[in-house]
Amino acid sequence: MQPFRKLQATVMPLDRVNVDTDQIIPKQFLKRIERTGYGDFLFFDWRQDPGFEINQPRYRNAQILVAAKNFGCGSSREHAAWALDNYGFRCVISSSFADIFHSNAGKNGILLITLSEDQVNTLLQRAKQHEGYKLTVSLEENTLSDDHGFSTTFKVDSFRRYCLLEGLDDIGLTLRYKDDLDKFEKQHDRDFWLTPKSA
Amino acid sequence: MSKPKTLFEKVWEQHLVAQPANEPALLYIDLHLVHEVTSPQAFEGLRLTGRKLRRPDRTVATVDHNVPTIAADRLVIKDDIAARQIDALRRNCKEFGVELYDVDSRDQGIVHVIGPELGLTKPGMTIVCGDSHTSTHGAFGALAFGIGTSEVEHVMATQCLPQSHPKTFRISVEGELPQGVTAKDVVLGIIGRIGTDGATGYVIEYAGSAIRSLSMEGRMTICNMSIEAGARAGMIAPDQTTFDYLKGRRFSPQGAAWDQAVAAWSQLRTDEGATFDRELVIPAVELTPYVTWGTNPGQVIPITAEIPGADPAASEADRRGVERALEYMGLTPGTPMEEVTINRVFLGSCTNSRIEDLRAAAAVVSGYRVHPSVNAIVVPGSHLVKEQAEREGLDRIFRQAGFEWREPGCSMCLGMNPDILQPGDRCASTSNRNFEGRQGRGGRTHLVSPMMAAAAAIKGHFSDIRTWEFKGEEVNV
Repeated sequence: MQPFRKLQATVMPLDRVNVDTDQIIPKQFLKRIERTGYGDFLFFDWRQDPGFEINQPRYRNAQILVAAKNFGCGSSREHAAWALDNYGFRCVISSSFADIFHSNAGKNGILLITLSEDQVNTLLQRAKQHEGYKLTVSLEENTLSDDHGFSTTFKVDSFRRYCLLEGLDDIGLTLRYKDDLDKFEKQHDRDFWLTPKSA
Repeated sequence: MSKPKTLFEKVWEQHLVAQPANEPALLYIDLHLVHEVTSPQAFEGLRLTGRKLRRPDRTVATVDHNVPTIAADRLVIKDDIAARQIDALRRNCKEFGVELYDVDSRDQGIVHVIGPELGLTKPGMTIVCGDSHTSTHGAFGALAFGIGTSEVEHVMATQCLPQSHPKTFRISVEGELPQGVTAKDVVLGIIGRIGTDGATGYVIEYAGSAIRSLSMEGRMTICNMSIEAGARAGMIAPDQTTFDYLKGRRFSPQGAAWDQAVAAWSQLRTDEGATFDRELVIPAVELTPYVTWGTNPGQVIPITAEIPGADPAASEADRRGVERALEYMGLTPGTPMEEVTINRVFLGSCTNSRIEDLRAAAAVVSGYRVHPSVNAIVVPGSHLVKEQAEREGLDRIFRQAGFEWREPGCSMCLGMNPDILQPGDRCASTSNRNFEGRQGRGGRTHLVSPMMAAAAAIKGHFSDIRTWEFKGEEVNV
């Protein structure tokens, strides 16, 4: 996983609430068996509209997405995180995120920043107003700022932050507890009423 | 005396492998359900890193999302990309020693239907699957939740998952459910009250006399849609209804082991005095049959209500969300829901495709014909459900009325197989999501109970099931 430390990048505003993972990547693209190649299908239905933000040249190199509340709700498809990552988004800012998407994003090195609704509105307005609007994110310092006087700190769960900063693979981290796992499992297997095939 | 605990806390604590400081807890996973769509990249990850699948005996696979529901199309799948994904699952299951209920197996079906009906799902278990509707299995008092593909790989390699401790939320529905109000209406009523992000970060425990009165099928419908309120999981404490359902299932314990299992499962209830981070009590009498009007499951109204407009008091973003939903759905505020006409009906999905759902719909349909402008399909959740329905003659009732009787799978709930809506189609659907384009690009989905979907199929528009004239032969509801 690519570590996330610092990023200065163009911002794409997506001023919509409850952006679900069906919108981020529609079903017809979930049949592929690869992890890559989803970038062109990001927001596939919405991008059929020539006015949609992704089709506007001013947002072409955007790596930061700002969206209204409850971003990533719905299906567990990690393809949504892959599509954002494959397209080039490395950071999403919203006032709230759905749980499973939150986890999927972290596992693909995408930083999610939760701000207040007012702050998100400010960023949405600025990104629409100023062509080439950029934000600077530092995960090392937990700060977010622009060149127009916006500056804030943000909180990220400390373990998730550590994994993002170091680009760590989760399975490797879990296997640090292999002895605990072996011991637990031996005991736990005796609880036959918790095994799938106990007949 | 030890501190009173919630059902969730008991299950959580029984599965704690390790609780490192400043890190998420490591939770042991009892059952990992696998399907074709969210697993290929995970198996590939194991191969690339040279890791083994730790517990094939706690892993079960089936094909459900992509499979066609027309019998003749199932053996040679015409969609090459779908066929390739299903072949990948076959190869992966063989290579890693996972039991697969394939298209031609009598046990194939929607993963959240077959887990319970085979008795793989049990009270007190932790269950995961690369599918957000894994919350279904919480109906048995299991802690069950959907995961992404990286987590699928993680469970394959380690049989556990790092999990942050969720908050707890008890929703009690008290009293007797009014006539015509089904489990689907209960959960739509809940989501309508708390919103699609109302339970984000929480595990819900559904409680109260109305919940306890429900069958296992009804409880599964409710837990299934927990994710539509943003919840990590939904749970219902196991009771005699649960044990009666499980007894004699293929993978249920037998003989003396059964009694021992029931004794262990009987401990799985929230102790008197245990506290939740949040509580909500809903009097059952306030619930009615519901229909969603918008593009998320929280945008729901009683069947007797009118299509709403944007609330002037809401935030600008929310108002725009409502306006956008109305535009997508092609609806005008003030229109009575009962006047909204439909041309498609989908009876199926992991929410509502079990035998009881089919019986309820068949009772409505019996003695009627599907409206001439409506195309209606019934997709049983599994082969076992389909066989049972055919033994009871339900297929005959549906066919005589003009419904298509299909083979099991996820089908039009998400339209990954050939069953999709065309642009502009309006569908009464027993599934779980009415997102834009969910059932097909430009398609308009209204979520309803199986009885309400059946009534809409006959009338060609939404209709209040409480005033329905049941005229057909007796169906064992």
